[in-house]
Amino acid sequence: MKGAAEERAAWMLATPALLGMAVFILLPFAAAVALSLTDARLGSPLPLHLVGPVHYLRLLTDPGFLRALANTAGFAAAAVPLQTGLALALALAVNRETRASALARTLFFLPVVFPLSLVSVLWTLLYAPSGPVARVLATLTLGVWQPGDVLHDPWLALPAVLVTSVWQGAGFQMVILLAGLQSIPDDLYEAAALDGAGAWRRFRSITLPMLRGRLVVVAIVTSILSFRLFDQVRIMTRGGPDGATATVVWEAVRAAFDQAQLARGSAMSILLVVAVLAITLAVGRLRGEEA
Amino acid sequence: MSRRTRRALGAVAVLAAAALWAAPAGLMVLGSLTPNDAVLARLGGDLANGGVTFANYADVARRTDLAANLLTSLVVNGLIVALGLAVNSAAGYALARLEWRGRRVVLVMVTAIMVVPFEAIAVPLFAGASALGWRDGWLVQALPFVAQPLAVVLFWAYFRTLPREIEEAAWVEGAGIVRTFVSVVAPASRPAFAAVGTVTLLLQWGMYLWPLLMTVHEDVRPLPLGIATLYGLPPLAWGDVLAYGVVMVVPVLVLFVIFQGAFLRGVASTGLGR
Repeated sequence: MKGAAEERAAWMLATPALLGMAVFILLPFAAAVALSLTDARLGSPLPLHLVGPVHYLRLLTDPGFLRALANTAGFAAAAVPLQTGLALALALAVNRETRASALARTLFFLPVVFPLSLVSVLWTLLYAPSGPVARVLATLTLGVWQPGDVLHDPWLALPAVLVTSVWQGAGFQMVILLAGLQSIPDDLYEAAALDGAGAWRRFRSITLPMLRGRLVVVAIVTSILSFRLFDQVRIMTRGGPDGATATVVWEAVRAAFDQAQLARGSAMSILLVVAVLAITLAVGRLRGEEA
Repeated sequence: MSRRTRRALGAVAVLAAAALWAAPAGLMVLGSLTPNDAVLARLGGDLANGGVTFANYADVARRTDLAANLLTSLVVNGLIVALGLAVNSAAGYALARLEWRGRRVVLVMVTAIMVVPFEAIAVPLFAGASALGWRDGWLVQALPFVAQPLAVVLFWAYFRTLPREIEEAAWVEGAGIVRTFVSVVAPASRPAFAAVGTVTLLLQWGMYLWPLLMTVHEDVRPLPLGIATLYGLPPLAWGDVLAYGVVMVVPVLVLFVIFQGAFLRGVASTGLGR
């Protein structure tokens, strides 16, 4: 049974998926690396020339790209604590075995089934100058703050996009954290309560440490998704106003397709992978150290 | 305040927050039932404005390629989920339960590939696929998303927890390894298939960038592109756009209501990470 037969069966089972990943992930990735070092243009019949790391050097001094990089990093820096914290709050709020909790859970999860393109269109309407968001904000601040056209405001456009990301994604992460909460044995809390630990103390010394692994995963996923930000930017703001919502992926797609600069777009894509890899390693390390 | 009142107040507060959270979805439905020229006023607070009409749905069916877009989304996502479950479960099983040379290396590679975002390979993938003349089809929209490292890892994590006895009984009866996987292990793992399948659908249903690059004709485009087109197409009719949005969410919502357990288990399992 064992040995050669097992070896053959294993390869038979694994090959389709491995082949798919090789063709549709590894190969294009290698191609992106190679293209980024050439002068390739989209649809150009001219032969390719190897030009070395020129595109990378240019990108790192290009104010437009640096702006997009800063926007993306800032977006991630805000999204990670905000979305992880909110998801944790939601998970704690609905962690009960009651009908009300089950209903609340479903409502918080609802936006997760909304595609980002729909979220973009829907929130563009909600953000309209006389729309519900402006109305609610004006009422809450007793008319002091009239937000106006947030998507065309250089300071508010990116935060407005951030709200849509959080709204669509927090429910997904709530479910991840909820599963973590439910795997914490009750007797830990009971023992702590007997020892006189208050609610805050129990949260600090039982809930948080027991959830650490999942919180780290949630933080990694949120930062990766932040770096992939594209759909909302394309539909809601087209990178504007004046570059205020331009992101790395937005710039890469624009370079490669609108300007036919395949090589430059590929270089941006590689920088995106490097950024994602760096974040994953950094946050993953945090997990290793503190666990 | 007694403990019971406090509990009840807490529940009311949580429900109120949840209702507020879901309000944009409610406004979408309300707007979709409002005459186009009254949508802005109604969502801006004038709730009584406009009455209820289904004209927007009829409009959308007439003005757009809604039926074709819906069909594309259903077929493409059906292909991704069905083919994906087949190949990714098989690979996850081989990695979790079988001894073979290269197993460890492959496992590390598959995990590492997870950090390559699709957006980063879209450009060369587009260049390659267009060089092959692959535009405008259903298959080209689905194939790049069939083999997924995340799905392989989820299956791997699940199969590792199965008791050995499941396979041994079949092996004793003389069934081969592949046969055992297909006819014994896979049927016993239905919850895992449901969970990974629903997560795959959740992550792919909104796919926008790839079809944006790979399709030219409106009628082979999926719903997420369709709504962006409708929104960008003057004259902007908000009621129509929202009606389109409702149609877009309903299929996944129906699946969610039927398979709620599988959805939540699937989403929760992605949190286990490495």
